[in-house]
Amino acid sequence: MADNALSENPFRALRIALGVALVCALLVSIAAVGLRPYYVANLEAERFSRLGAILDALDEETGPISINDVEARVVNLDTGGYSDVIDAATYNQRKAANDPNQSTAVPADLDLAGIKRRANHAVVYVVRNPDQTIEVVMLPVWGVGYQSALYGYLALAGNANQVVALRFYEHGETPGLGSRIQDPEWESLWTNKEIFDETGRIAIGVGKRSGEDREFQIDGISGATRTSMGVDGLVKFWLGEFGFGLFLERIRRGEA
Amino acid sequence: MAGKRWQTLVVPLIGDNPLTLQILGICSALAVTTSLDTALVMTIAVTCVLGMSGVSVSLLRKHLPRSIRIIVQITIIASLVIIVDLVLKAFFFEIGKRLSVFVGLIVTNCIVLGRAEGFAMRNGPLDSMLDGIGNGLGYGLVLMVVGAIRELLGHGSLFGMQILLPVSKGGGFEPLHLMLLPPSAFFIIACIIWFIRRKRPEQIEKPEFQVRLQTRGEQK
Repeated sequence: MADNALSENPFRALRIALGVALVCALLVSIAAVGLRPYYVANLEAERFSRLGAILDALDEETGPISINDVEARVVNLDTGGYSDVIDAATYNQRKAANDPNQSTAVPADLDLAGIKRRANHAVVYVVRNPDQTIEVVMLPVWGVGYQSALYGYLALAGNANQVVALRFYEHGETPGLGSRIQDPEWESLWTNKEIFDETGRIAIGVGKRSGEDREFQIDGISGATRTSMGVDGLVKFWLGEFGFGLFLERIRRGEA
Repeated sequence: MAGKRWQTLVVPLIGDNPLTLQILGICSALAVTTSLDTALVMTIAVTCVLGMSGVSVSLLRKHLPRSIRIIVQITIIASLVIIVDLVLKAFFFEIGKRLSVFVGLIVTNCIVLGRAEGFAMRNGPLDSMLDGIGNGLGYGLVLMVVGAIRELLGHGSLFGMQILLPVSKGGGFEPLHLMLLPPSAFFIIACIIWFIRRKRPEQIEKPEFQVRLQTRGEQK
């Protein structure tokens, strides 16, 4: 019974609790750090496969294209033009967004995507027709959903006014609810939606579809209002002046 | 002695199966059995967690103060589950994505805490590990049977290989969509339980109370 009395000593309990917590924390940390390179490689593969899926859905005329053959260009978001100073293969937009020298703070009233800082450059993928006009351009987009950051690509047609696809490749939304942003059925709703109305205002968005703006609106996901609003905000943000607005203008003028 | 150890490992497969006799861990069994590959990966994950948590809890059993033992057990189990989840994300990314939250939910799987509290706290590390692995395999056995039935009747395939050609692809097999919905796993597990208890009547529990017919005089 002496042993039992010892067991109930509160300091002993505290020591054991701390010891177990420390060992567990150490093991989890080692696993997390050690396995991270593999996880990152998987995410990168996932990003490419999602980009490839957009290409696969394109017209058969261009034939099967691999994402490796597609032109990757760095866009300067402040001017809307291409930048040749930065190498598209090594540029890391996420790192740049945290570096004050490579990013710009987004004014709170314009920050529809909830990202606070926006990298000054972005890598876009351009698929060209035989006559060198743009067939599809794929823009990287990201923003805050319900409980995680959503990363995806928004593919636009060459007129910069029609959506080809919106594909997310990384998110941590609630499985079965917010995660339906990757549901093929929901993804298909984006295809052929128009972006700007006659006045040039960004009209595309997620919300209730009413009779008149059917060509602009995508149904929200029921049970995932915050995620739907997050997608709405990030699409509007990245198409707007602080996102790819200037670049899209150049495309429309045929200068990209 | 060796015979007893063997028993520890084998009895949970059918004789004392966590799913069919103790009716534990049903929730995850509904969720991960739409196809065989997810069921297999879940089986491996749960078996690993059960085996390792058995050893760890058993090693600590003499030092664990009664007042905090459940919290310590859960801490150990949760850490193991996180590690298994990280391994899945690193090496089995696609399947890990389809299992989504259910790997994380192994923490709350009653089987794991049940074996830690019910067995590992009272037995040595080796026995506890065997008991954990046995229970994991017992859980997995049911998972695989349910997964096989659901995938075969729901998709016409096993491990993703098409066995019955569905009508949509020109074959003669009409997929049963009910099989892809969670309730079908309930029906299948119920049938398995019925079948096992039919073969082994000793598993049939005595009713806890007799239903007494209400007579009119007793109404209030």
